[in-house]
Amino acid sequence: MEFAQPLLRMEGISKRYGGVRALEQAGLEVRGGQVHAILGENGAGKSTLIKVMAGVVAPDGGRMLLEGREVAFAEPAAAIRAGIACIFQELSLIPDLSVADNVVIDSPPRRFGMIDHRAQRRLAEEALARAGGEDIHPLAPVKDLPLSRRQMVEIAKALARKPRILILDEATSALTAADVAKIFAVLKRLRAEGLALLYISHRMQEIAEIADVCTVFRNGRNVATYEAGTKTLAEVVELMIGREYSHAFPTVAAPESDAGPPALEVRDLRWAERLRDISFSVRAGEVVGLGGLDGQGQRELLLALFGVTKGLSGEIRIDGKPTNIASPRAAKSKRIGMALIPEDRKTEGLMLPMSVRVNLSFAALDRLSRWGVVDRDAETEAIDEMVRLLAIRTDGVDVPVGSLSGGNQQKVVIAKWLMVRPRIILLNDPTRGIDIGTKQEIYALLRRLAESGAAILFYSTDYDELIGCCNRVLVLYDGAIKRTLVGAEITERALVASALNIAAGAEAGA
Amino acid sequence: MSDWRFRLAERRGTLIALALFLALFALYASKHPAGFTANVVQTAANKGALLAFVAMAQTFVVLTAGIDLSAGMIFTFTNCLGSYIVAGSTPTALLGCAGVLAAGLACGALNGLIVIYGRLQPIVATVASGSIFYGLALWLRPQPGNSDNFNSDIADFMTGRVFGVVPMSLVALFAVVLAIWIPFRRSTTGRAVYAVGSSEMAAYMSGLPIRRAKFWAYTLAGLFASIGGLYLSFITYSGEANFANGGTYTLFSIAAVVLGGVSLFGGVGSAIGAIFGALAFRTIGDLLFVFDLDPLYQPLFQGVVLLLAVCTGAAQLFRIRNRLDLFQ
Repeated sequence: MEFAQPLLRMEGISKRYGGVRALEQAGLEVRGGQVHAILGENGAGKSTLIKVMAGVVAPDGGRMLLEGREVAFAEPAAAIRAGIACIFQELSLIPDLSVADNVVIDSPPRRFGMIDHRAQRRLAEEALARAGGEDIHPLAPVKDLPLSRRQMVEIAKALARKPRILILDEATSALTAADVAKIFAVLKRLRAEGLALLYISHRMQEIAEIADVCTVFRNGRNVATYEAGTKTLAEVVELMIGREYSHAFPTVAAPESDAGPPALEVRDLRWAERLRDISFSVRAGEVVGLGGLDGQGQRELLLALFGVTKGLSGEIRIDGKPTNIASPRAAKSKRIGMALIPEDRKTEGLMLPMSVRVNLSFAALDRLSRWGVVDRDAETEAIDEMVRLLAIRTDGVDVPVGSLSGGNQQKVVIAKWLMVRPRIILLNDPTRGIDIGTKQEIYALLRRLAESGAAILFYSTDYDELIGCCNRVLVLYDGAIKRTLVGAEITERALVASALNIAAGAEAGA
Repeated sequence: MSDWRFRLAERRGTLIALALFLALFALYASKHPAGFTANVVQTAANKGALLAFVAMAQTFVVLTAGIDLSAGMIFTFTNCLGSYIVAGSTPTALLGCAGVLAAGLACGALNGLIVIYGRLQPIVATVASGSIFYGLALWLRPQPGNSDNFNSDIADFMTGRVFGVVPMSLVALFAVVLAIWIPFRRSTTGRAVYAVGSSEMAAYMSGLPIRRAKFWAYTLAGLFASIGGLYLSFITYSGEANFANGGTYTLFSIAAVVLGGVSLFGGVGSAIGAIFGALAFRTIGDLLFVFDLDPLYQPLFQGVVLLLAVCTGAAQLFRIRNRLDLFQ
């Protein structure tokens, strides 16, 4: 179907977060009666684009035309009024309210100024039925529903708004195959009714089934728009990764083959449907990467190893001995010697208003104190060593850590954990949002640590990093290890293909 | 049809508070030397209603996941104001009552504006504003006292009995629930209040009027605290700028909402539960009297009961599987 004028047109949209460019002169045309798929790897700018469209994020530049008229949304409510409904990943449901309350949340039916519960219930039941969620009781509180049902409620809520543009951002990620089939039937009907549908998913099979038009994003720009089915999967992967490649990494030396047991070994690890039968091992001197798209269980795996989760099944062996890691405190003990460099340094890594000194010694206070009193000399000595080793640029160690640049803050987080002299180092996307120079220092440090005998498990959303730093990469998909890439197999093409759970070089149309 | 199961679950906190109150009150009445008489009930109701109104005020704010530490001070201030302007002929005195309630609304609205536009944490904002309200109370009544022509007819009527049995204060509580709480609960603003308390981010993403919800929560809290203050004037015929009493009412109102099943994390509970929480909390204090225990034990005893009640609410934390969720 072709229409003269696009329903929504975005031109030259740019958005920066601090020093990171999320969108750079991006554009998109959305037409009624079409399913428009948006593709791109982690950080390509898909989510930011959607947030601009839904009024969650205000762009720094560019314009948006709705039926030819320029619009700007100051808040989500404005986008909703304009007929744009967005299905987020369980982000917008109110946990303590009932399903029916949630479905009609922005404009509940009213009688005499009060919410009409009977009419509300009818509307909610209709919307649930349209979305294929008849099994969900409208009076159930949302917080008691499993993830897949919540996602169905989210879809019903969007449908109840009677939108003209419906955005599905990884809306099927938590759904079962049967639910996806139901949702697709609904989407096809909505398409026939003339709605514009934007579909973001990493499941290439789904895109092949439902999309009419595809747009690929890379580095914050739309790089190609094509009619669905006109490109092979290999071509799509090529578009997603582009051709730039930087060799900014230290050489990866293969670890000496070691006869002893691995420093960390995991067998059949399972947790709450988020981790499925994960088995792998990391030897001393080895850097093992965790790859895959964001949110496939990598973070949960690191947290599970670090003793944060409860109800874990499977076995964790440290130096060949089965070990129960009950808490982060146990994980960092001398017996286990584990450290986790967290993803969000502001909430999980640092006490921002406190000094560099205090932050550096937090994790290692046990080692630096005698009879419960901190040995100031030992502390100063250890801190000086770390500041030197990581080349942390700071006006002395007594300034608040919050006054340092992002890259130096991240170095403090890493140094803080090196102070406990860990033998096993887990890193959760440690270079996100920091400058290239610091990144390279961190890569070099990782190699040095590995050479001095540490076992390193390294999650990164940046494929170049995995290629440049790791001896092996485990690619996760939906909470399970789908593929293990070793040495020269670690290429961007292989990483992207296995992250999308398609066989490398597959020639099926997408 | 399992509708009733969900409806019951939603009202669990309120029903538990009701059961707790009935059990405690039955014990109290059975041990009371005068027995279960209209007089005993009237006295208990008047005392309980004061805390119940302030607890309802606290409920509005707590539902938004905030806290109102000025509730007791609005209560004190409006009591002092009432002791002046509920005076003269009955029509003038009624106008005075309206003035007291308007003052309460204004205090609440001020809290709301500070929290919304000042972007201050509710705890800080209301400590500061509470101090202002107490200052106003002290300015009105440097010494406890009353107006020469205080209208005791209205006061006696509002603290008396209907048909010789039902305490008027209970009727007033019931009327307020019917006229304000239930319409609020069923309004879109009321729903937005619950949504903001449950998950402010999700409420924002759903395009709900967050500011309007918070504003009305604080404003209605001011109104309810002033109904309590007015009632104190009715009971005592006078006004007193008593700092300790204001502080006690603030803290007891928090205890009462917790007993009444209102979650301090916001988004869960009902003002009706808070009423029963307040009545139960009052009854705990009175029990010591009928059991001839030293009144000195009252805070200890109330504290133990409160702690036990709160512990049952914390039981759900055992279900958490990711320990990071504990800190959210």
